[in-house]
Amino acid sequence: MKPPVLSTRDLSKRYGSGDTRFDALQGIDLDIAEGESVAIVGKSGSGKSTLMHILALLDTPTAGQVLIDGVDAATVTGTALNTLRNRTFGFVFQQFFLTPNATVLENVMLPLKIARIGSRQRTAMARAALADLDLADKAANKATDLSGGQKQRVVIARALVNNPRIIFADEPTGNLDSVTGATVEDTLFALNREQGITLVIVTHDEDLAARCDRRINIRDGRIVDSLTSTSTSNRAVSA
Amino acid sequence: MKSIDILTTAIGNSFRSRLRTTLTVIAIFIGAFTLTITNGLGTGINNYIDTQLGSIGASDVMTVTKPVETTEGAEGPAEYDPDAAAEVSANQGPGMTVLALTDDDFDTMRELDGVLSVEPAVSIRPDYVEWEGNGKFELTVSELSAGISVDLIAGDDFSASATEAQLVLPTDYIEPLGFADNEAAIGETVTIGITDALGEQHTIETVIAGVQEPTLFGSTAVLNDALSAELFDAQGEGASGAATEQFASATLRFAPDATDAEVTALKADLTDAGYAGTTVADQLGTFTTVIDGIILVLNGFAIIALLAAGFGIVNTLLMSVQERTREIGLMKAMGMSGARIFALFSTEAVFIGFLGSALGAGVAMAVGSLISSVLSGGLLADLGGLQIIAFDPASIALVFALVMGIAFLAAVLPASRAARQSPIDSLRYE
Repeated sequence: MKPPVLSTRDLSKRYGSGDTRFDALQGIDLDIAEGESVAIVGKSGSGKSTLMHILALLDTPTAGQVLIDGVDAATVTGTALNTLRNRTFGFVFQQFFLTPNATVLENVMLPLKIARIGSRQRTAMARAALADLDLADKAANKATDLSGGQKQRVVIARALVNNPRIIFADEPTGNLDSVTGATVEDTLFALNREQGITLVIVTHDEDLAARCDRRINIRDGRIVDSLTSTSTSNRAVSA
Repeated sequence: MKSIDILTTAIGNSFRSRLRTTLTVIAIFIGAFTLTITNGLGTGINNYIDTQLGSIGASDVMTVTKPVETTEGAEGPAEYDPDAAAEVSANQGPGMTVLALTDDDFDTMRELDGVLSVEPAVSIRPDYVEWEGNGKFELTVSELSAGISVDLIAGDDFSASATEAQLVLPTDYIEPLGFADNEAAIGETVTIGITDALGEQHTIETVIAGVQEPTLFGSTAVLNDALSAELFDAQGEGASGAATEQFASATLRFAPDATDAEVTALKADLTDAGYAGTTVADQLGTFTTVIDGIILVLNGFAIIALLAAGFGIVNTLLMSVQERTREIGLMKAMGMSGARIFALFSTEAVFIGFLGSALGAGVAMAVGSLISSVLSGGLLADLGGLQIIAFDPASIALVFALVMGIAFLAAVLPASRAARQSPIDSLRYE
């Protein structure tokens, strides 16, 4: 059987020591299959963001393992780690993190630039990604001149431009009104459905969580329940 | 990220905060400008000295004298020694005396290694020079006429084989003598008056071969061998044998391709034999040392300005790193290595350094050339051929290298801070 694309074994993360010791994560066991959409739900301070950071190899666990395609991530270091991050992951953040004075196209090209893809090819790839998100006409605009929904779609274009296998989304709709939020959600789920990209979404939005294949509830650093959604109601894409 | 992308991204980033970059560039500009100007001043003056070196004497010639042995420890005047050689005053400054050189001395010197020839240095003191009755003017003759290379502005250098008497006049003689311009004087015959030992004045006809700028050592005429011989014979007429056969100094020639070590060895040999040899380079050496010293001090000030500008770069980059914390985190999350982040920020600093030095050196060269041409037409008009501020590519390249080096050093702290940033801390940063 094909190993899950992401899994954790007895994962824990601890900050500080002694009296100031704080266990952000304790004994997390998790398997995420390729092409799955998973919502990590919990209150703020529950450890859901920490879990996402560790899954995305941005942070290291205090104990336990993260496995990518069955390979222990702790054994991947240096250039290999950077290549893995660049090729495998795409990120969507609540605060967008777009470079303000650069154009939309330049922002989308950033991961390709880091991947050392030639100028002509990366321009073509970035334009294709923007076209997928109906932003082709905004390519030359400054990132700051866009509306919130447009910005988040630029961020999604940036996340998928180098064809990642997993997109991590941290409160992707947190800064958007419900209508534009829904559009962004539709875009993400369309990618999941049509391109088979694994989605890991951190959110406290129940509606968004309900649209995922699975929701994992986290409280005080532990998984309290893991529900497989039976009423998955992927609405039609209306971007 | 490819190196070319790092370069273009760094350049783009440096223009993101225009005001801050501009201010830093101005600080570097001031340092680079000062450094270029002071270096230019050194180059200009030293170039002039080098040109002068060519016009006052050949590089394969040494002036040899026989210094008076100082009586160590003894106070008061030295006791008279009837056997001692005659002391004659040498043109080495007032009160300086040297022992007269005789034929025996010349023979001793000729036997030293590396000596091609030794000739007595004859002192020729003509009374005047005149052309077609336009008035008589005093004429000074360059002491070191042997093997001279003249920086001519009109006419041709002496042809070595010429048997005809020829001379080169300084420019300031041309108008008083009645010539229309420098070119008009070439090939004309002038009359030189000279008084012999008995007080009788002789006149000698000679042709003007060329015209040169006056040198640092005054406006002196240069004679070819034929004219020197003619004038010396006229001057020596009626003098006693002893007076014509005693000389204050000798002109010693050595191989033109002699190395510095060989010249030094020759000087040591001369010293051992009781003589003192000085080349033209030695005579000008002290002058060049003083100039170099002054330039060094001025450069010191410029470098202090550059160091201050270096801290400006540190400050600019620290702010830049602070502002771009999230961006750095994002790039790291996307798989950019710390080394590349470091390269990105240090390239930005080096680019700011490059901008500052390009502007500084460019403006300094424009201003320097302007000052130079204004001064050479006004204040320094008497020193013909002096380009007070000159630029040579090597020293300009050095200014660039120095400024960009300082900029890189300034970038080390902020850039390594950026490189060490952890991606999650950067992304959490609000």
